[in-house]
Amino acid sequence: MTRQAAVESSSSWRLSDRLGLAFSWFLGLFFCVICAAVVIYLLVQGVRYLSPDLLWTNPKVGFTQNETGGFLAPLLGTLFVTSIAMALATPVGVGVAVWLSEYGRPRALARVVESTVEMFAGAPSIVLALFGLILFRASFLGFLTEKTGGVVYGKGFFPAGAMLSLLALPLVVTSVREGLQAVPNHVREASYALGKTRIATIRRVLLPAVRPDIITGSMIGAGHAIGDTAIIVFLLGDTYVLQGVGNVPVLGTLRGTGSTLTSYVFDNAPTGDLNQPNKAFAAALVLLVMVLVINVFVDIFGRKARELKWT
Amino acid sequence: MDLTLEPPPVRQLEAGATLTVRPGRGNASIHRLEGLAPETTFEHGGHHTVVPTLERMRVERLSIHYGQKQAVSSVSLPVRQGEVLGLIGPSGCGKTTLLRSLNRLTELTKSASISGRITLDGVDITGLEPTALRRRVTMVFQQPNPFPMSIFDNVAYVLREQARRKPRKPTLAPLVEEALSRAGLLEEVKDNLNHPALRLSGGQQQRLCIARALAANPEVLLLDEPCSALDPQSTKVIEDLIVKLREEVAVVIVTHNLQQAHRVADHVAFMYLGELVEYAPTRALFAAPREQRTKEYVGGAFG
Repeated sequence: MTRQAAVESSSSWRLSDRLGLAFSWFLGLFFCVICAAVVIYLLVQGVRYLSPDLLWTNPKVGFTQNETGGFLAPLLGTLFVTSIAMALATPVGVGVAVWLSEYGRPRALARVVESTVEMFAGAPSIVLALFGLILFRASFLGFLTEKTGGVVYGKGFFPAGAMLSLLALPLVVTSVREGLQAVPNHVREASYALGKTRIATIRRVLLPAVRPDIITGSMIGAGHAIGDTAIIVFLLGDTYVLQGVGNVPVLGTLRGTGSTLTSYVFDNAPTGDLNQPNKAFAAALVLLVMVLVINVFVDIFGRKARELKWT
Repeated sequence: MDLTLEPPPVRQLEAGATLTVRPGRGNASIHRLEGLAPETTFEHGGHHTVVPTLERMRVERLSIHYGQKQAVSSVSLPVRQGEVLGLIGPSGCGKTTLLRSLNRLTELTKSASISGRITLDGVDITGLEPTALRRRVTMVFQQPNPFPMSIFDNVAYVLREQARRKPRKPTLAPLVEEALSRAGLLEEVKDNLNHPALRLSGGQQQRLCIARALAANPEVLLLDEPCSALDPQSTKVIEDLIVKLREEVAVVIVTHNLQQAHRVADHVAFMYLGELVEYAPTRALFAAPREQRTKEYVGGAFG
């Protein structure tokens, strides 16, 4: 039913419409310029100070910016804490989305769940961080972090990852829910009509159908979690290097403290404790590139996934 | 098209003579068939082969309400293997609701209330597990809706346990290929069984859905306007397939398209506002409808 739009000139429009059009053009270009300014400035500054060895040396104590090492530990910290966050947020988010979309009864409970998810999406992360700080000092959660003489430290990769997962959760839920709503009802019925139960339908038809949405939702969520600072500063300990707890290789590191690129930028910014702007710009560039790569991936993947759908 | 009514040739059916009854099910039907009066079959429309018939399902005084609204009122119909039953009527006349009640899909609608009786091989279907019933009475929908998996897995889906991947491919391969070949799709896809089913063309997708529905080895196949989303070429392929399938399964087809009903159906039921107005052999219904409402609806269908 698509009709070829007639080519028309806006010069025949009313003045107010022409002004509106001009304003829209202006705003669109304005935001492009702002975005380009941020990226180009960071790129120029970052490339100037970023050298490969920064990526594989740990931060050190030093007097000049040449002596303070690189940001290997914050880079690893970002990867670890984001992985933990996504390992928690993805399954929980998919579960919540499936329940909301496929069951959603009683209605009142569904509405409560919906607003809870929305609340997480809108909550300032520092509020979540503060709550996490109290929560993970509880002694029954002591096994997640360092515990000395009955006192729980409450800071480490697990608490930070857990609170970050709450930031990512709404994005996973929204994406998967939209995916499920895009599956036409006759596809579900086709599965029931072959003698399948509802749970088999979800497991074998719906989840495969929304796999692209699960992946894009997690990626967008990860992009969100990577950028958060408040939770990291409060809950990860913000230590120079990865300080493990105990002797178990991976688990020990994750129970311990560390920092991420965001907290590294925060500390090294001209307003921070360490005030090493060169390092801050270099780390900020790495962070920006990570997020941009994720966005590009989401874009390409999302477009590809939409190709194979029902009419 | 020549629609003058000739005296229909009547053929005698020797009980059970050419019927193939799959083992393990429907044995009761054989006995009932032996006691059955010889079936009268009309030659009509596009196909002229006569297939012995066997009653698979019976709808008795079926009424369905959605809340206050009556969708089907006191309909009685036989569904026979060896023939295609066409359900026709204007939109909202209850034909799709009737079709969906045969495999208890109507129950998925919360507001639906059902009275009357439907039997499958003499057993009331409300006494059967819905999942078991739906493997014996399978369905193909208006929109082609292959699942987002490979062609092979689409057909294997119904053969596998609930939500399981078992049994594995080697066990299922012959069954999957048989279903695909019954749906006339095997030749086109046999080298690409691992390709995503959603890459197929619309017509192929719909035949895959038919293959999927046949893989369960059903007694009854329900088709809800299966060609309405397809081009004429694919429609022809599927219509030919339907006519062929009626030998192995009882086929019920809902269609908007009167020409299609005329081409594929052996008996046609005309529904109007939830009522079954007329049920008759296809040729008789189109050439000499008994009811005024039928006459008005089918009149002008064949200019």
